[in-house]
Amino acid sequence: MNRTGNSAMNRANAGAAFRATLKRDLLISVKRRNDILNPFMFFIIVVSLFPIGISPESAMLRQIAAGVIWIAVLLASMLSMDSLYRSDYEDGSLEQLLLSSQPLYLLVFAKNIAHWLVSGLPVILVSPLLAYMLALPAEGYLTLVLSLLLGTPVVGMIGAIAVALTVGLGSRGLILAVITVPMSVPVLIFGTLAVQNSLAGGSPLGYLALLGAMLAAAASLAPVATAAALRISLN
Amino acid sequence: MTEISQDASPLLEVRALTCERGERLLFRDLEFSLDSGQVLQVKGGNGSGKTTLMRIVCGLNDSFEGELYWRGDALGERWDAFHANLLYIGHRLAVNHVLTPLENLRWSCRLHDPADDSGIREALAEMDLAGYEDSPCYSLSAGQQQRVSLARLLLSSAALWILDEPFTTLDVDGVALLENLVARHAREGGAVLITTHHKLVLPRLRTLTLGVAR
Repeated sequence: MNRTGNSAMNRANAGAAFRATLKRDLLISVKRRNDILNPFMFFIIVVSLFPIGISPESAMLRQIAAGVIWIAVLLASMLSMDSLYRSDYEDGSLEQLLLSSQPLYLLVFAKNIAHWLVSGLPVILVSPLLAYMLALPAEGYLTLVLSLLLGTPVVGMIGAIAVALTVGLGSRGLILAVITVPMSVPVLIFGTLAVQNSLAGGSPLGYLALLGAMLAAAASLAPVATAAALRISLN
Repeated sequence: MTEISQDASPLLEVRALTCERGERLLFRDLEFSLDSGQVLQVKGGNGSGKTTLMRIVCGLNDSFEGELYWRGDALGERWDAFHANLLYIGHRLAVNHVLTPLENLRWSCRLHDPADDSGIREALAEMDLAGYEDSPCYSLSAGQQQRVSLARLLLSSAALWILDEPFTTLDVDGVALLENLVARHAREGGAVLITTHHKLVLPRLRTLTLGVAR
């Protein structure tokens, strides 16, 4: 076989491996519903405690709405991180992933996407409902959803690096949060600023563009870092 | 599509391999080579470094000194080409419990070579798992799960098999089946690196015993 034919076939195989990994992870999540439901329920519970704990007055709530939702999203994604890679590490699938002849960062990226689809997306879909409960003014809804759409994958991919670094440790508990939270703070800041800016009548586009830039950087760099961290952890 | 090396250099060659785990020296200046058609059985007591050796050769463990050669080329830069020719089955079977055997194999085959569903079903039938293709793996016994993992041997085109204790939970039929597979792979020009306490009866079987130098 000639060289070009070979590389075209390799690309096709890499694409097939990417799709197979994405499909497998989604399938596992669907079969283990708790992994999806737990962060989702946690998110709803945390947000709904705020009107009870602070004040049911909408004047008060609308000021903290964006921040509360963003913090709850961050905590929920931290919770969902715990299950990422754990069963793959325990049953040896991670070793097979490392031994694949396809690029590891590509397969890691597939796992990132699958994880976001089952843990990030449901939370985003329900966020307008909770924003309504927290009396967020209507002009903030679109910005909130957009900022979450751009921001949650970044948090997920940063978290994946931390998970990959700690996957060999028996009980990682708080370490995960200690690594992930400081790196997620910029996302939190720009996410809430975008919403507040659009509430104040300004344009949120600048902050959303910053979130978009972070997403682009995370999508191109984080899988490579995660892949390297996995190789170290499994050594 | 088992490939047979045309040149004189062996498939796999290990030179001056030294590995320490913590304070303990597992092996020093270990040398061996594996040619196509050969089966090398690694022996040694518990903790003698059999699994570590397997993981080093696979490229999963890099805390060692020494050199590895694949078809005469030093490994280190071209792991990808090596991994395309390697099938590793370790202690941990890479069988996800909530997925069915079919779903498990669909994924693990895609990591290397494309395999279609009919091929996977045939392989499972050959491993005596016909009828279990669509049952979740948690409902299978340990031996059956091992068979699911070993079905990859039938679906792979890799020249080198690295099998770490593949016999542990297999029944008598399973052991015979796997022995046949190993023998067939060697006959067809493949090479097998295997750890087991089981007595293997194979032509051209070589053994390497770890832990005697201590």
